[in-house]
Amino acid sequence: MITFVNVSKIYQNGAVALEDVSLEIEKGEFVTIVGPSGAGKTTLSKLVLAEEYPTEGTVLFENVDINALPSRSITGLRRRIGTIFQEFRLLQNKTAYENIAFAMEAAGKSDSEIVSDVPHVLQLVDLQDRMFHFPSQLSGGEKQRLAIARAIINQPEVIIADEPTGNLDAGNTLEVVHILKKINELGTTVILTTHNKEIIDSVGRRVIALEKGRLVSDEVREIKESKRKK
Amino acid sequence: MFWITIRRIIKSGWINFKRSGLISTAAVLITTITLSVITALILFQAMLTGAIEVVKNKVDITVFFSINTSEDQILTLKQQLEQLPEVAVVDYTSADQEVLEFRERHANDYLTLQALDELGDNPFGGSFRIKAVDSGQYESIAALLEGDSALAKDNATLIERVNYSQNKQAIDRLNALIAGSREGGLAATILFIIISVTIMFTTVRLTIYTVREEIGIMRLVGASKMYARGPFIVEGFLYGFFAWLITIALFFPLTYLVNRGAGELLGFDVYHYYIAHLAVLGGITFVVAAALGFLSSWLAVRKYLNV
Repeated sequence: MITFVNVSKIYQNGAVALEDVSLEIEKGEFVTIVGPSGAGKTTLSKLVLAEEYPTEGTVLFENVDINALPSRSITGLRRRIGTIFQEFRLLQNKTAYENIAFAMEAAGKSDSEIVSDVPHVLQLVDLQDRMFHFPSQLSGGEKQRLAIARAIINQPEVIIADEPTGNLDAGNTLEVVHILKKINELGTTVILTTHNKEIIDSVGRRVIALEKGRLVSDEVREIKESKRKK
Repeated sequence: MFWITIRRIIKSGWINFKRSGLISTAAVLITTITLSVITALILFQAMLTGAIEVVKNKVDITVFFSINTSEDQILTLKQQLEQLPEVAVVDYTSADQEVLEFRERHANDYLTLQALDELGDNPFGGSFRIKAVDSGQYESIAALLEGDSALAKDNATLIERVNYSQNKQAIDRLNALIAGSREGGLAATILFIIISVTIMFTTVRLTIYTVREEIGIMRLVGASKMYARGPFIVEGFLYGFFAWLITIALFFPLTYLVNRGAGELLGFDVYHYYIAHLAVLGGITFVVAAALGFLSSWLAVRKYLNV
């Protein structure tokens, strides 16, 4: 579904964020991308969203070169991808309801769909009582649950969660990981970036490790998870 | 879908405008200052033109006729002069009127009136007061009457003197003043407009700078450039619209007070001029307000849309 072919990203100041990375993510996978700060995890997410362009190599989404897409098609691509960020990136001037409604409006959904779906998704993330609160009136965990609700409202094919638990306590972290697993069980591809070992262990599944912009390992950790279950 | 999108953009822009209370107030106030400067400069130009007209109306060329010149000859010359394109008005004062006016002017001057009586005959010829279409044309009109033109030659014996050379200095100064005022006024107008428009553009840019990250977020959650930009343009338009309403209202008491304080001195009723030209002034300032609001937001958002 998503393919990186010999991708390198060098920023204007000369910093190498990614170096010759090649990988492939299948539809329905839950992939955790790990590595210390500066390993290139966020750059990798940004390349999938066409927020950044590779200096070398190609990023393909369903065999289409993302970087060759015109602006209008990039908007279409982003509607197929839900994004969750460490710093939440919510619209501060809009209520929880309006933040989600905005994503639906941008995708061209009708008023009746918005009226019926927004309260439903807020209930799914347990924010039904915070519907008309502004982001500044929500706790860190609530903000991230709102960001998740916004990311899934248009039923995207892929969810990119870039360090979604970075600003959360242990309880909220487990909750977010639980929600992401549920989303994946419903068939959505999930790409999660983190440097938190506990999260990696709790998720299991495929883990891609980056270090100084290079892909250093790509392994499946289902065994570890099944061992822990035992 | 297009109209639904437009409705959503307008609604979103209105909500943003209401919620950004302090920022919206600051932007409206700055826009109000810009529009007030423009309105004040338009009124100043009108006032300047009015004042110049008053002074211009006080300047003319007087042609004094010899006492032997008959009224028929004078009226023929009057007709000839009125046909000249540079001549606006020719006022004829007959010899009899001249002596009457002289007597009125010197009603308390017994000696002068006695001297006049001793002369017996009317010592005055008739006279013309000629007003030019433009104050710069007095010289050419005087040349037609005094120089080698056919008109001057035909009427050389009729005319005693033309007072252009006596008025020349005053007329030249007036022409210089008019030209200077127009150029200076225009330069000041352009300068003030540039300054105030720059301040307004900067204010709108700052208001949008505060939400630059949100524009990026909108793009990342799938908003098209138009959908992300639209509400900010509506906000920009609303800054202009409310500033326009305030400016229009503000100039009623402002022009009234200026008129009460300095109306007579200026020789120009700025309050009634404002009311009489409200439709035009309102139209100009509305177009300026809408264009400034629209353009400043459009340009400010453009920078942050490329996400």
